[in-house]
Amino acid sequence: MNKKQKNLLTRILAAGVCMFILAFLPLDQYPVLRFLLYLIPYLTVGYDILRKAWKGIMNRQVFDENFLMAVATIGAMILGEYTESVAVMWFYQIGELFQSWAVGRSRRSISELMDIRPDYANLEEDGQIRKVDPDEVEIGSIIVIRPGEKVPIDGIITEGSSTMNTAALTGESLPREVGPGDEVLSGFINTSGLLHVETTCEFDESTASKILDLVENASSRKSRSEQFITKFARVYTPAVCYSALALVVLPPVVRMLMGTAPEWGTWVYRALTFLVISCPCAIVVSIPLSFFGGLGGAGSQGILIKGSNFMETLASVRTVVFDKTGTVTKGNFEVTGVHHSPIEEGQLLEYTAHAEGHSSHPISLSLQRAYGKALRMDRVSDVEEIAGRGIRAVVDGHMVAAGNGKLMGDLGLEAAECHSTGTIIHTAIDGQYAGHIVIADQLKDNAAEAMRELKKAGVRKTVMLTGDTEKTARQVAGEVGIDEFHADLLPGDKVQLFEQILQENGGQGTVAFVGDGINDAPVLSRADIGIAMGALGSDAAIEAADVVLMDDDPAKIAKAIRIASRCMRIVKENIYFAIGVKLLCLLLGALGVANMWLAIFADVGVMVLCVLNAIRCLAVKNV
Amino acid sequence: MKKTYKIEVDCANCANKMEEATRNTPGVKNAVVNFMTLKMKVEFEDGADVDAVMQQVVKNCKVVEDDCEIFL
Repeated sequence: MNKKQKNLLTRILAAGVCMFILAFLPLDQYPVLRFLLYLIPYLTVGYDILRKAWKGIMNRQVFDENFLMAVATIGAMILGEYTESVAVMWFYQIGELFQSWAVGRSRRSISELMDIRPDYANLEEDGQIRKVDPDEVEIGSIIVIRPGEKVPIDGIITEGSSTMNTAALTGESLPREVGPGDEVLSGFINTSGLLHVETTCEFDESTASKILDLVENASSRKSRSEQFITKFARVYTPAVCYSALALVVLPPVVRMLMGTAPEWGTWVYRALTFLVISCPCAIVVSIPLSFFGGLGGAGSQGILIKGSNFMETLASVRTVVFDKTGTVTKGNFEVTGVHHSPIEEGQLLEYTAHAEGHSSHPISLSLQRAYGKALRMDRVSDVEEIAGRGIRAVVDGHMVAAGNGKLMGDLGLEAAECHSTGTIIHTAIDGQYAGHIVIADQLKDNAAEAMRELKKAGVRKTVMLTGDTEKTARQVAGEVGIDEFHADLLPGDKVQLFEQILQENGGQGTVAFVGDGINDAPVLSRADIGIAMGALGSDAAIEAADVVLMDDDPAKIAKAIRIASRCMRIVKENIYFAIGVKLLCLLLGALGVANMWLAIFADVGVMVLCVLNAIRCLAVKNV
Repeated sequence: MKKTYKIEVDCANCANKMEEATRNTPGVKNAVVNFMTLKMKVEFEDGADVDAVMQQVVKNCKVVEDDCEIFL
């Protein structure tokens, strides 16, 4: 508890004790003394509310909660309902204290999770290590990261190896092994070894700074619910005040005209009850708090949502469009099969990898990975690239030709048909057909599971866009369980096709686009909601997307939708519950059934319940 | 030009009110109040006198929400 809260708590306790004592004193014969004594707890607990209300009037910002409370309690005092008057103030302050405590708690749990801002960097200069402000470190400097320290600035490891805790950035609890040549991002925590890192950017451009920036700007985009609340409060509070005034004046006047006793006191009391009931605190406080919790909770899972308006959009997503590479598939090509080889598979790989060894094409790299050993390029000679066909080279004195079916045709050989999807590399050795190697992008392990999760989260249709061949696309879509696919697309086609999907969708929920941030920024920004995955280090994606997934786990898409839906549900629950209870109490109040105590429940009780409900938005672990 | 200030405010709606008051202050191009991090980001118009604008921002915020603090 901070100082302000302790102060308020003391005042609440003191006033409580005071009221308890006053209840036992025989004061009925001394009305003035009784008034003065009750003034003590009243002012103790409520002086700041009165002051705020007064300042509000002075500043021409009359109608707010403080004004409502001040009028209601002063009115009750004048009517001689001292206990009720103090009680209204007392419970109102308990509500305030509770609200303040709840906010502090959520803020702490979020800030712990988002605590990625490094405080210092260990700069190495001339063999000396100096602790400096991360701002001062220039690109290309060497910094030292000891076990237990945060990586202050993005960079490449030059020396040492370690395991990294990446949870603060990605929400991923498995530690990541790193060694020389690997990239480390600011916000990672070094858990074991000593690392020397060469920085690749300045502090402001580092991942941690970028993410903090994004989080700090998130509240600028307000959801419709929040905008509604702001407008609502602006109209509602004055309306309530004027209604209360009408309640004081009209019925007695009508009664007088009809010739009965006006009963001023009764109607004033009812009007005051009306004021207390209709205090809008519960809604005004709990709605922003829900979004605050929802955004923070999502952030703790490595899901950055750029504003509460996107929370709303995300909750109503019914169609999800994927850009295949990097979302459904890993985006790295691997050898998935070696077929029809009369010689040993390992040997075929060895020859083909060497023949392609001079190229830095992804195909060549994946062949090298599959081969597994270092290439010895002195075994290779007479390399000849044949455009649109493949490559020819002499390896260990054997004539090796590797490429597509056309190359085999040129050599007068018949290439074996392949039923697998992906890129097929046919190889001939010394003029004999030696089989083919299949290289394909791999599906992410949990891609199929992620699609099922999406359907469970309320998504009706999933669509996949890809530049790959129809055959590959069909296989991937089938394996993963995607409803619709469009293949052979050029990057420009994707935007057009997406427009078409948007049109076809025609108001049936919103359309999300998921991409890995490479070449798909135009579509990301065109979508109702653009989701960039595995966005760490990709500036364009972080810029263009509305939701940024820190790692590349496709299951996070469904999780983001679930978090958003739950947050929106809680917001709606609070709006309906608060307005419902208040309307009911107002009705009872108008009929004269409700007294001040019921009014206090309708005000503070409802607010406490709404705040408790709003805090649930934070708990996203098992959503 | 953009500057970030630490603030102190009790409720999320009060933070929204502060944000609006700041945005409506002459010399301020845009403002974002983040209740979560208790920070206020102010983007100033070109050529605005930052100190003078911020004095006015504090005044305007005090009008809409007395119980707030901006650490300049």
